[in-house]
Amino acid sequence: MRQQIIVSGLGGQGAVTLTRWLGEAALALGWPVLTSETHGMAQRGGTVISMVKVGGYHGPLIPWGAADVGLFLARDNLRVHGGYVRPGGVAVVNTVEPGPYQGIDALGLALAQGLKPVAANLVLLGYAAGRRVLFCAAEVLEGVIRSMTPPRFREDSLRAFGAGLAAAREAGG
Amino acid sequence: MNSQPSSASAGAVGLRPERLLLGNEAIGRALVECGVTLAASYPGTPASEILAAVVAAAKETGAELHAEWSINEKVAFETALANAMCGRRAAVAMKQVGLNVAADPFFRAAYLGVTGGFLVVAADDPGPHSSQTEQDSRLMALAAQVPVLDPMDPREAREMAGRGLELSERHGVPVMLRPTTRVCHARQNVPLGEVVSLDRPARFVKDPGRWAATPALVRELHRRLQDKLAAIAREAEFAPDFLPGDGRWPGKCIVASGVAAAHALDVLAELNAWGQVDFYRVKMPFPLHQPWEERIRQHYQEILVLEEPGPVIELQLGAGRVTGRAAGAVPGYGELTPEILRPVLAGFLGLAVPEGSAPAAGGVRPSLCAGCGHRGVFYALRETFPHGIFPSDIGCYTLGVNLQAVDTCHCMGAGISQAAGFYHAYAAGGDFPPIVATIGDSTFYHAGIPALINAVFHRARFLLVILDNQTTAMTGHQPTPAVGVTAQGRPATPVALPELIQACGVKFLREVEAYDLPELTRILTEADQFCRSPEGGVAVIIARHPCLLTPEGQRQLRYRVRVTETCVGCRHCLEAFECRGLRWEESEGRAAIDPVVCVGCGVCVHVCPAGAIEAEAGG
Repeated sequence: MRQQIIVSGLGGQGAVTLTRWLGEAALALGWPVLTSETHGMAQRGGTVISMVKVGGYHGPLIPWGAADVGLFLARDNLRVHGGYVRPGGVAVVNTVEPGPYQGIDALGLALAQGLKPVAANLVLLGYAAGRRVLFCAAEVLEGVIRSMTPPRFREDSLRAFGAGLAAAREAGG
Repeated sequence: MNSQPSSASAGAVGLRPERLLLGNEAIGRALVECGVTLAASYPGTPASEILAAVVAAAKETGAELHAEWSINEKVAFETALANAMCGRRAAVAMKQVGLNVAADPFFRAAYLGVTGGFLVVAADDPGPHSSQTEQDSRLMALAAQVPVLDPMDPREAREMAGRGLELSERHGVPVMLRPTTRVCHARQNVPLGEVVSLDRPARFVKDPGRWAATPALVRELHRRLQDKLAAIAREAEFAPDFLPGDGRWPGKCIVASGVAAAHALDVLAELNAWGQVDFYRVKMPFPLHQPWEERIRQHYQEILVLEEPGPVIELQLGAGRVTGRAAGAVPGYGELTPEILRPVLAGFLGLAVPEGSAPAAGGVRPSLCAGCGHRGVFYALRETFPHGIFPSDIGCYTLGVNLQAVDTCHCMGAGISQAAGFYHAYAAGGDFPPIVATIGDSTFYHAGIPALINAVFHRARFLLVILDNQTTAMTGHQPTPAVGVTAQGRPATPVALPELIQACGVKFLREVEAYDLPELTRILTEADQFCRSPEGGVAVIIARHPCLLTPEGQRQLRYRVRVTETCVGCRHCLEAFECRGLRWEESEGRAAIDPVVCVGCGVCVHVCPAGAIEAEAGG
């Protein structure tokens, strides 16, 4: 199994955590994995990108136009990071706007669940897992979130992930 | 969710031979596994997570050690060095510009050496992503004559930390481990090891000819250092890895180091050239493995060197058959991403350059968080002193540049010295403009104190606003000396700002809640008057508000904020206050609150010239 995934968002939207869960899922499945994260000043609300490479890679960066999957926490980021997704790849986008991608109102679903806005990240992840565009089954990610999230955030995290999963089922995923 | 996964719960998943570790976590873990008994650091991206990983690994494994967030990198270096002068293992971690701060002890440490093991972790930031320079710490190692190891990924960073400590002990010299951002902030499945307990009580053997060497003795120490380096250059363990080609490019080879080697291997695979050209991966860029150096000089007519960020290996190999960043075959600045390497490697091998464009620039610029206490201070500075000069410093508050209240950002502590320098420059001509330096609390402790004493002593006249958010926010909320707790969560003796500032000779000191704009504005005016009075000098204001990303900040009172119909649509709040919690409502032609972003700090109430922003408690 080889898959390259980018996670694009704004600092504070939880891109690093989302990336971490994808990496942990690969580890749980016994596959070699490399991820790359944005730290420092850009985390203060600036455009950020994280990368996940599952399978036999050496470097942590995904070349432009080579990602199999793009998870976009902010639709506007398609302008700067959309081109990372290869032709034939899949972009899953947190948005209410229709477009040439798999859109999901992750923020709206998170707020409707009474969750904080940042929970949109796990709604988006649940949706992508439910649409079966990721290297791993939804159960693997759910297991990772269940076992690794600190107890006080665990239930909310699982609810956010579950909301995304349910939305994917409704969408026919 | 914004909850960071805890390493404690990671352990609860079950006993796995490998863990998904950040490069920095792999390094921190390795230091504990290798029996380091003192680790010191000052936070700075991309090195900040190393010390926290030391603390976590020590807690998890029960290893006994002293870990500290030192006041700055020089102090961290010297503290750790002394531990390694007692026959014990020690490590110090910093970012590349931190090594500039520690350069003084670093250079001398090479001559005097150590009796235990001493690993200097200096993390470089090619790009740069979060630094004021793109400098190469390997060049510092070369200049100081300290061996340096260059890991390509987190797994190797872990392994090299241990090998570096052993090398240090074998030869009695400090050894540098030089990861880069893409190693520090990459995660990988990394094997865990057992903790080695070395059980070495501190034993400092007096030897003034060494530890207090006078210039007359230094020459001999320098000679001995060169003998040590010659021996290290023959250590087979640190010879480059060789990936042989299939002979289709005789006379050509690629020499690569660090994460540039990792990306080059991926790009060669993409070009279907993997295993076709001789490929050497350098593990120790200084000193270069001497037998290898001789071999490649004899064997190859064209040698392409790929390394970040500077041409350290290339310059040592010399011009002529060697090409790289210095010779121009590789861009001389910036990161060697796969997109950059693709045409470089294709060109070197005479392959068709594959189609492909580079990532687009742009995106959203970083900004102070909604509710950040710094924002109101910068706003008040601009409003009170429209013609002021605003030297500033390194931290989240550098983002005050967005509010036009940060005119300079140079290096740690420079804002205060620059404020004094601006004063002396203008005062020479008579009148001087309002000069207001801003600096964060952690940065003030780091390098601001000598600058302040110097400014007071030389009768400079300016305002200094210390933006006290009670933490080192930008790098992940490490405690400052004002907080009475160490990196290991142990009680410490707090050193409070007001007493410290008064002890620097400052005669005007006020403390203010940073959210209280009317009071802050009044104090700024008063401070300016003091500054210009006959007995005036440096006026210091401590503007306090806890960082909103800390637990204390999270608990603060939240107002329900709204923009009323009296908004005249002047956009003053949007342009001069720059808070993402405020947005323009096109349909109504006025400003509005973004309820998702707004944290209800209520500071913008003081900003609206029309009084159209209201806040009520209980939002």
